[in-house]
Amino acid sequence: MNYFIIGFYALLIGGSSLAAFYQKRTIFLLLFSLTLVSFVMGIVGGESALWSVTIMAGIIAFSAGVSYSFREFLVIILPKESAKIIRTAPLTAAFGLFIIFTYTITGVFAPVIAPYGESEIISQAFEPANEKMLLGADQLGRDMFSRIVYGARNSVGLALLATLLAFFMGAIGGLLAATKGGKFDQFMSRVIDVVMSIPSLIFALLLLSIFGTNVVTLIIVIAIIYAPRVFRLARSVAGNIVVMDYIEAAKLRGEGTWYLIRKEVLPNATAPLIAEFGLEFCFVFLLVAGLSFLGLGIQPPTADWGSMVRENATLISFGELTPLIPAGAIALLTVAVNFVVDWMLYRSSGLKE
Amino acid sequence: MGDILNIVLKRLGLGLLTLLVISVIIFGAVELLPGDIAEAVLGQGATKENVAAMREQLGLDRAAPIRYFEWLGGAVTGDFGNSLVSQKPVSEAIGSRFANTLFLAVYAAVIAVPVAIFLGILVALYRNTVFDRVANVLTLTSISAPEFFLGYVLILFFAVKWGMFPAISNIDDDMSLLDKLERTFLPALTMVLVVVAHMMRMTRASIINLLASPYVEMARLKGVPAWKVIVKHTLPNAWAPIINVVALNLAYLITGVVLVEVVFVYPGIGQMLVDSVTKRDFPVVQACCLIFAGTFILLNLAADIGSILTNPRLRHPK
Repeated sequence: MNYFIIGFYALLIGGSSLAAFYQKRTIFLLLFSLTLVSFVMGIVGGESALWSVTIMAGIIAFSAGVSYSFREFLVIILPKESAKIIRTAPLTAAFGLFIIFTYTITGVFAPVIAPYGESEIISQAFEPANEKMLLGADQLGRDMFSRIVYGARNSVGLALLATLLAFFMGAIGGLLAATKGGKFDQFMSRVIDVVMSIPSLIFALLLLSIFGTNVVTLIIVIAIIYAPRVFRLARSVAGNIVVMDYIEAAKLRGEGTWYLIRKEVLPNATAPLIAEFGLEFCFVFLLVAGLSFLGLGIQPPTADWGSMVRENATLISFGELTPLIPAGAIALLTVAVNFVVDWMLYRSSGLKE
Repeated sequence: MGDILNIVLKRLGLGLLTLLVISVIIFGAVELLPGDIAEAVLGQGATKENVAAMREQLGLDRAAPIRYFEWLGGAVTGDFGNSLVSQKPVSEAIGSRFANTLFLAVYAAVIAVPVAIFLGILVALYRNTVFDRVANVLTLTSISAPEFFLGYVLILFFAVKWGMFPAISNIDDDMSLLDKLERTFLPALTMVLVVVAHMMRMTRASIINLLASPYVEMARLKGVPAWKVIVKHTLPNAWAPIINVVALNLAYLITGVVLVEVVFVYPGIGQMLVDSVTKRDFPVVQACCLIFAGTFILLNLAADIGSILTNPRLRHPK
């Protein structure tokens, strides 16, 4: 028994007792289950397991703190209307916004942040971290940290472009199908059904094996694969809108299809479409990461998170964590976007039960 | 009963039609190659004679529709032509690998399905509590992480740090089942983590959806305990969506297996697909795609038919 273990349990049990005394049920449940988990972990894994629990709790508390301050910050700087919305956002959503903000900054200012160029060879292969390199070198002796920073620009940028294209095609197709109806709608819907019944990764592999892997084909292929999802949503959302009286009135006024879509349907369909954009981005981002991981995405020497994981995977068998950082970066951004989307869906659907 | 049979048959026909259209897409996609297969495979340095010889060998001089029907006829009987790289029949290489992939998928499914449904019902029961919130964050994280991230994290801890399971799952047919199960534990666990999260969320959502319906309100007002409301009143109506969820996720397992197989160097059909895509071995790519797409459609079909059959309103028509 050393001081760390005694302090650890004293803090947890003291905390839970205080929470119980002040009738804070949620906090009590949280702290006490943490205590029980640590008992088990401590018995199985010894002191090091307790350290991991402490570090994990610390990280969670830290992220909660950051999210809280970021939310307060947003509430202060934003105009009144948006501030009102942000104020009610749960901490997870604020956390998501913060992460997205960080990634954007990293991507935009990549050349300023990264100490070296993305394909600049500066040392031996797999050199461990030193004062020159924060995370060590990769399999060719390039600075891992710089490549991760550039990866934020390349991987996220590519996924964003592909999502935008998919969204553009899908949304216009869907809105058009719903507004026009009839034969066009039937035809488009059948085509979409077929495309959606092919698993996306398999479809992507098929198309990439034929058209080869360069950035432009990659973006187009991914957009084609994911446009049907947007099409379906846009069509079903717009389907509920086009039966409204004001659409009827506009039609009687003699407005054209394009005017109907732009001025009457679209403004009423934005909320679900924006949430879908977030979800779509997650899918696309994961698909791009998977393809790059398989060596079929962005080609070297351009830094990209998916391929970085593959290239440095050998390090994992030596117990190194560095190859997991780009993979973790992918996961973190997807989680962040999902958190924000979750909150937006909750807001727009009014799912209260 | 006639109604149900009708619907099921209609659905089956639609599934077959979709499969047919997809086979056209898979075949037609290769026809879209700039030039043709012979030129694409042999590259720019090939002599005219070489290209002509290869065209001859592949029968490219005949019209595309004829070749399509030949290919389809072969595929139905299990003959996918010869690989361009090894010149051996594709079906030979695929057979055992497909069995391996199925083994892995079934292994993961056997663990994942009961766990996911149980946990899904549990979080639906304790919705909007701390337990539910934590589960929500955890499942969201697990869905959002790419499969290879989960796979490598598991390797790092279970294989490298703790040495409990092998990091590479190279199995062959001579191994005993127990050996195989141990070797493939980590890839199966990776898929379980992803699939359980998906299934849990979908189960929770479908149950909560039902909890808002009037007959549940009625049962509650009668004073039925919460768990009984779920088990007796909600679950029978929730089977349709749950079966749907399960089948969709099994379909996901079959395709999500590609990345996991590559991470764990597992001799399955997914790894083969990726290899042949890099080598541009089109007959193998076509065969693998057809198998994956076929399985995917079949499972979706099973989901639809399952949800039709379990729908109480269709089973007891007025």
